[in-house]
Amino acid sequence: MEALLDINWRLFAIVTLNGLTLASLYFIVASGFSLIFGLMRVVNMAHGSLYLLGAYIGFEVSEATGSWLLGIAAAAVVVGAAGAALQVSILSWMQGQDLRQALATIGVSIVAADLMLAQWGGSAYQITLPGAVSSFVPVPVAGRYAMARLMLIGFALVIGIGLWLMLNRTRVGMLIRAGVDDRRMLEALGVNVPLVFVGVFAIGAGLAGVAGVIGGSVLSVSPGEDARYLLSSLIVVIVGGMGSIPGAAIGALLVAMAETYGLAYTPTYGIVYTFAIMVAVLAVRPQGLLGRAA
Amino acid sequence: MLRNGLTLGATATLAALMGTTALSAQEEETITIGGLATLEGPFAAPGEDGLRGVELAIEEFGGEIAGHPIEMITASSDGNPDVALESARRLVEQDGADIMIGPLSGSEGIRIAQYAKEQPGTTFLNGGSAAIETTLVDPAENFFRFNTEGAQWTAPLGEYVVNERGWDNIVIVSEDYSFPYAQIFGFMATYCEAGGTVQDKYFTPVGNNDYSSVIAQLPLETGEVDGMYVVLGGSDAVNFLSQYAQMGGQLPIVGGTNVTDQTVLTTQGPARELLPGILSSGPVSDNADLEAWQEFVQRYQDYFGDEGLPSPSLFASNYYTNTKAALLALQEVEGDLSNDHEALNEALSNLEFTSPTGPVSLNENRQATAAIYINEVVEQADGSLALEPLERIEEVDQYLGLGREAYMELGLPSRDNPSCPS
Amino acid sequence: MTLRRLLTVVVALVLLVYPFVVNSFWLVQIGGRTLGFGTIVLSLVFLTAYTGMLSLAQMTVAGVAGYATAYFTAPTGGVGLELAWPVALILALGLATLAGLLIGLVAVRTRGIYTLMITLAVAMAFYYLTLQNYAVFNGFTGFNNVEPPVIAGLDLGAPLPFYYLSAVLAVLCYAGVRHVVRTPFGLALQGLRDEPQRLQALGYNVPLLRVLAFGLAGFVAGIGGILNLWLNASISPGSVALNPVIDVLMAGVLGGIGHPAGAYVGAFVFTIVDNFAIDFIARERFNTLIGLVFLAIVLFSPDGLTGLVRRAWARWAGTGRRRDDAPDDSTNIGK
Repeated sequence: MEALLDINWRLFAIVTLNGLTLASLYFIVASGFSLIFGLMRVVNMAHGSLYLLGAYIGFEVSEATGSWLLGIAAAAVVVGAAGAALQVSILSWMQGQDLRQALATIGVSIVAADLMLAQWGGSAYQITLPGAVSSFVPVPVAGRYAMARLMLIGFALVIGIGLWLMLNRTRVGMLIRAGVDDRRMLEALGVNVPLVFVGVFAIGAGLAGVAGVIGGSVLSVSPGEDARYLLSSLIVVIVGGMGSIPGAAIGALLVAMAETYGLAYTPTYGIVYTFAIMVAVLAVRPQGLLGRAA
Repeated sequence: MLRNGLTLGATATLAALMGTTALSAQEEETITIGGLATLEGPFAAPGEDGLRGVELAIEEFGGEIAGHPIEMITASSDGNPDVALESARRLVEQDGADIMIGPLSGSEGIRIAQYAKEQPGTTFLNGGSAAIETTLVDPAENFFRFNTEGAQWTAPLGEYVVNERGWDNIVIVSEDYSFPYAQIFGFMATYCEAGGTVQDKYFTPVGNNDYSSVIAQLPLETGEVDGMYVVLGGSDAVNFLSQYAQMGGQLPIVGGTNVTDQTVLTTQGPARELLPGILSSGPVSDNADLEAWQEFVQRYQDYFGDEGLPSPSLFASNYYTNTKAALLALQEVEGDLSNDHEALNEALSNLEFTSPTGPVSLNENRQATAAIYINEVVEQADGSLALEPLERIEEVDQYLGLGREAYMELGLPSRDNPSCPS
Repeated sequence: MTLRRLLTVVVALVLLVYPFVVNSFWLVQIGGRTLGFGTIVLSLVFLTAYTGMLSLAQMTVAGVAGYATAYFTAPTGGVGLELAWPVALILALGLATLAGLLIGLVAVRTRGIYTLMITLAVAMAFYYLTLQNYAVFNGFTGFNNVEPPVIAGLDLGAPLPFYYLSAVLAVLCYAGVRHVVRTPFGLALQGLRDEPQRLQALGYNVPLLRVLAFGLAGFVAGIGGILNLWLNASISPGSVALNPVIDVLMAGVLGGIGHPAGAYVGAFVFTIVDNFAIDFIARERFNTLIGLVFLAIVLFSPDGLTGLVRRAWARWAGTGRRRDDAPDDSTNIGK
């Protein structure tokens, strides 16, 4: 009986850690999505495509150079540029028409998915992690746990704190926050708002690209992941509150935990629980847990 | 009726000669073959290779049968049965295909076999799909499957792991849908018979990314449990295998047919290193020491060169086998399609010939009986991964050697069926 | 007004004569699909044009009706319960309406893109549910061999009766939607689209109106869903997956999401492109083509093909004829 309890606690600890790592990945993807929405009211339905593109770029670069960090950097830059291009070439022409923008990004995501399939095929890709993180760390109760996954949690913390500092302690952050509150006022103050928009879009897209490389290293990437991460981002920000970075963190935690515990204890319906959480939150707070009323 | 590879080659040459010399041939009516495969979505590559199989078979007959020019038309699906049906309707009702070859995946196959009943004037041959139900539950009179299906592919493996490897207690990790159910069904049918027990089965949703919570419940080393049977496709297999290794898992792994197919063997990245040594079973083996297979590979490589895959896939082989069956039967009836293809369908039912994987024949449900390979994944000299045959089991039939009555008693596969009594 | 009457007569004639000039493929796969699929699109256009709520869950609601019909008329593998077909159909449409109402309840306090996101999430939840559940949805396999009923010796599954059944139902749904938007209920919906606060001040129960609109859209989508089920003779999770969900939106935007006629125009063009793109370009890049067409429409003619035609007509006739009941500029939807 005692042994049984032991095993259960070990499993519970591991599953909890798994939930945390998945939440970290969801947070990195969704924070970019939420950042873009917060300022521009753009629901970027191509966010998943940016994730997938980041993963493929990260794979190519880290294979060619042997450096995982270069892969991350390249993905951040290339996908950030792709995001900026999307804003400049398509979305800026219909600023303020949020639904039309969402539809346009759906079109972009369909084309992007098909072109990426043409380029990289249907196989699964995995990005080689640096040797230093391919080890195990002793963890109380759980026994031991993969370093790579703990690193993922660390990454999410760094990105979360970095975003918070940027938004709250820098001039750019000030502009962005001011833009969220009152775009017209900001414009009247002589700030080049379209440029701020492009910059924020690049940062949000870059975050998706970075998440792609991390996801492609710890898990793997293949066609279809774009829809998966778009969907998870949608649910995370619906639950946490659109445009709120702390909301994205809480939403990611709730969604990932439900998914992971669900898979471990009731594998059949694990994925349906996330939606139950979403509906429950909507019933109580339509603007999401930390969202501001629209 | 049994033809070997040699006479086939001769027939082909003869047909080719006739094609170029006999002018009267052009007066005969054209016979249209419609090829249906997944040319969109993640299964586009296997789908294209399937159609290469169709093309290769038609080319082998010089593009005509008994003076009838053979025309090939194609349509695409994305693996969704609704789309497959739409494309099949187009081929048959709009483009007037006389013979249909396809589709590629299991649930598409069930749908097309059902559609065949509405179109008695067309002869349907399977492409690559391998669902059990297609030729078992109320099978259509004009639907023929010259390739083996999902349960046949794994039936010899269950016996093999008990008798040859001495593994009699395993755990199963599998995707939660009909194809893996069929693979587990075939595997367990002989595994349990040979005295094996299944400790536990873990089913996960298709496209599940993170397997760590399942892995936390699995044994990492041999002990009470001897091995693990894994039935996951594409990226699911890659994710599971690498995460299991990441967590320090060392149980020997036996794979379903999909664990060692081209989409997994062409994986890029660290997961590749985990694949060599995995056991699996299926209708083809890349390195099979069989004249018909080597001849087929040679012909494929000569004809497609760099356009094709380095070696024909399972799908090229299955589409080729089904198309060739159609053409051989057409040859036998000299292209007679009168009376709703009565003669052709009769000839197909009784056809026996040598496919790239050896002799094949049909049973009363028009389902193939053919050989199955037990394979091991090996790394080739050029660095690519391939299937090395360990054993070849002849004449595996639809009823998995249990006889119709005993087999039907098992019922259709599901999450809980079968379960080894331990 | 005479022009519209002329157009109505022409459309009616085309619908009647169509079966006698085409083969069975064009009759069922193009004609039948346009009408059934178009009815699902119609439910989306109704919601969007008259209530300002763009729902991505209309295919899901259609799927509910499809699954219910299959469950009650064609049990597969021990799943299902055979009922007399009128009972089954009433149940199916009732369940579709209920599903519409429930989705409306979930989405009621949202607008514009929020509705889009939440309904997409609901649609995917339903997809995963059908995939994983065997007791009701028979999992991955779903239901096969679902045949329409034979009434008094008339097999509704045969090409010609099926086409006319689809045509009649589509015309009824179209006329119904056109009628409803002129009733006080419909006018209230349009008022709610444009000025929700004012409506509220006037004493209307705004959330209730929205939920009812979703319920009505659910009923219409349910009819389309049953036609779609019979067209395919089966239903499986693939029928309610992300691709078909997006297809409904694409067809709607293609045809013009501001007017009910756009639904069928969009469904027709989409079906044609879907079936014949392979003849013009390599099939492998089909999705790039359809994605670019979609993008072009969103960029250059947000009110779709019907909008394009209407504007061209207005220019040609010299006067812009304005519609009283439909917004002719769909760019303000969801604002």
